[in-house]
Amino acid sequence: MPLKIGVIGAGYAGFDSMTPGLSTRELMFEAASRAYEDAGINPRKDVQSFICCTEDFWEGISITDEYMPDQLGAVLRPLCTVSSDGLVGVATACMHIASGLADVAVVESHSKMSDVVNPSEIVSLGFDPTYTRHLDVDPNFVAGLEMSRFLKETKTRRESCATVAVKNRKNALLNPRGVYGANLTKEEVLNSHNGMAPLSELEISMPSDASIVLVLASAEKARKLAKSRTVWINGIGWSSDTPWIEDRDLSRAAYAEQSAWRAYKMAGVRSPASYFDLAEVDDTYAFKELQHLEALKLAPKGKAGRMVDAGSFDQDGRLPVNTSGGSLGVGHLIEATGLHKMLEAVLQLRGEAGRLQIPKARKALVQSWRGIPTGSGAVAVLGVN
Amino acid sequence: MVGTRMKRRVAIVGAGMTLFRRRMLETGKELSFEATKMALDSAGLTLNDVDSVVSGSAPDAFDGVHMKGEYLLDGMGAIGKPYQRVYVGGGTGVFTPAAGWWNVASGFSDVCLCVAEEKMSPLHPHPQYAFWSIFDQILERPLGVTLLWIFSLEMRRYMHKYGIKEEEIATVAVKNKGNAIDHPCSQLASKITVDDVMNSEPICWPVKRLDVSPPSDGAATVILASEKVAKKLTDQPVWLDGIGWTLDSTHWTNRDLAYPEYVEKAARMAYKMAGIKNPRKEIDIAEVYDPFDYKELHHMEGLQLAGKGEAAKMAVEGITQRDGELPVCPSGGLLGVGNPIAAAGMMKICEIFWQLRGEAGKRQVKKDARTGLAQAWGDLMQVGTVCVMRS
Repeated sequence: MPLKIGVIGAGYAGFDSMTPGLSTRELMFEAASRAYEDAGINPRKDVQSFICCTEDFWEGISITDEYMPDQLGAVLRPLCTVSSDGLVGVATACMHIASGLADVAVVESHSKMSDVVNPSEIVSLGFDPTYTRHLDVDPNFVAGLEMSRFLKETKTRRESCATVAVKNRKNALLNPRGVYGANLTKEEVLNSHNGMAPLSELEISMPSDASIVLVLASAEKARKLAKSRTVWINGIGWSSDTPWIEDRDLSRAAYAEQSAWRAYKMAGVRSPASYFDLAEVDDTYAFKELQHLEALKLAPKGKAGRMVDAGSFDQDGRLPVNTSGGSLGVGHLIEATGLHKMLEAVLQLRGEAGRLQIPKARKALVQSWRGIPTGSGAVAVLGVN
Repeated sequence: MVGTRMKRRVAIVGAGMTLFRRRMLETGKELSFEATKMALDSAGLTLNDVDSVVSGSAPDAFDGVHMKGEYLLDGMGAIGKPYQRVYVGGGTGVFTPAAGWWNVASGFSDVCLCVAEEKMSPLHPHPQYAFWSIFDQILERPLGVTLLWIFSLEMRRYMHKYGIKEEEIATVAVKNKGNAIDHPCSQLASKITVDDVMNSEPICWPVKRLDVSPPSDGAATVILASEKVAKKLTDQPVWLDGIGWTLDSTHWTNRDLAYPEYVEKAARMAYKMAGIKNPRKEIDIAEVYDPFDYKELHHMEGLQLAGKGEAAKMAVEGITQRDGELPVCPSGGLLGVGNPIAAAGMMKICEIFWQLRGEAGKRQVKKDARTGLAQAWGDLMQVGTVCVMRS
């Protein structure tokens, strides 16, 4: 039976490669103010739960929930940190609402990567301290290994990954949030610096800053407040593969398969490949979009590469994928990545996507991955009446 | 079954914990495994029976591992499962089962593992240095602020506003370290006197060494199940009937530290859910967060178990002893058992679980306890987390 929890408000701030004029808290305040106005709610009275998705080391502060309440209107209210991608924060909000704990729940996540002076070292600190960290290599090597394995196992052409990069960077040119919009050629992508072969530099998403706030509500509350603009979360799932990179089957995105299985079951999706009007899936590295599409059963195994080359995933294709530009086009938003994808899907389903609008968009898939070195991710199935 | 907006009743059906020690040789993964295995065995369950896992662990800075929730998850039995880490500083240990509650009550899971772990010992030269990084980079760090510093401010304010003496507060340390003698996992169990506390090394007046709990390594786990599953597994489910949490403003410098309003609000949220109208009468036993002795008193007042400024009197009169009218920290608390931040809060949950089932051995309170409470606290003196449990 579909979950039917409503997204009744969305707000954001930033979406730039750096935001020197605003502190993290100011970015959050702006995003929250816009989200609350969009939802027509007063956070001091109408919200029973506030959920923030952050990681200490990205913030440069320990116990980051300490610094969340004021700017969200959550002082002396239930607020917590879920140390995971924003989509798991959304799943948490869904559980709060489904259990009756809350009628309205707020989820926030952000990236202020422009403040981080040593991002590569921080990612390395996520490696196993005994067995892996000492390797002292650019952590993208894991993506290089995985890409190599994925290409081999699925017989995907190397060039198809470059197509993803070209598609998403070009899509971002029409997205007001598209920080890294650009017209690239496949040759430029393939010839870009090749430090982690077969992965090339233009296939790696670059960081950007933003804060995103979503307001969720029970069906009853949504009908009262948001009337016709509600976007429904009909299914949601999240999963974690082993943290040991060495133990993982690097050709598969097991977390995406497992999350999708749970979300599809909940939402009653039986034929994913033909069910959705659009998909926003993780493309932290260009090859990941293809790997994820196959894991999500949006493309048959080994076929995603050919489909992207044929234009199946373009904005006017059979299944528009990452019309927003994805992380490659909008910038990597660390824990806020999943929320960004939800934001783009919500705008599409509301018919508010402007130049990016996919006609008659009614059903969207949103998927996120937590990035290296994790095997964790989540999937949400969204729809409108 | 998800989607029908139901609130299902949730029970704790098993619990386990490791020793709490200043330095354990096991990794965080191994500590988590030990506690979780013990909990699963106690409930007669295996990982195959588990639908989801929630973890609680406080600053990543202790371990020096970024996204440490990811690093720990295999030791917590979460491979291939829906897994989330929740994190509210010192409040985490009591918040972890609250997160388990919403996983089960929502219908998303029938059985949820709740694992709290902390390994503070990796941080050199002393785990306290991790807390340097909780402060605002611009406004506070240049002052060289530490937790001991700000808690001494709070202790001083509390004493001043209500005219409470250090000696009265010291009775809590005496009680809890003494209670801990009967806890098999305890780190600092000892028979001390008020004089011992008063003569102990001043750390940051009025805080003295024996007023404070130690840094520790340890893990503790409880297993939550839906009513239907719980009734199949055990004759003695312990119902998690109320959960509450509240976070106050970042600007602790602007607040009156004499009273923890956020603990009151968290408690009221949990009491409302559990249908408790008169906590002082209806709560039989309480594991109140005691990283410092004055905190037990401070929190008792926030929890509405004592009037403002009156908890010290209750302590001095013996009301909070194990054989008293309202036993508080029969486990020995953080002061006696130890303080591996997140695991310490979970230890309190385990204690109430065992007490309500009559399984607390030598620590078993005299009265017939049916309704118990566990509470934790943390951040910049900012967060209260509360669980109300019933047999």
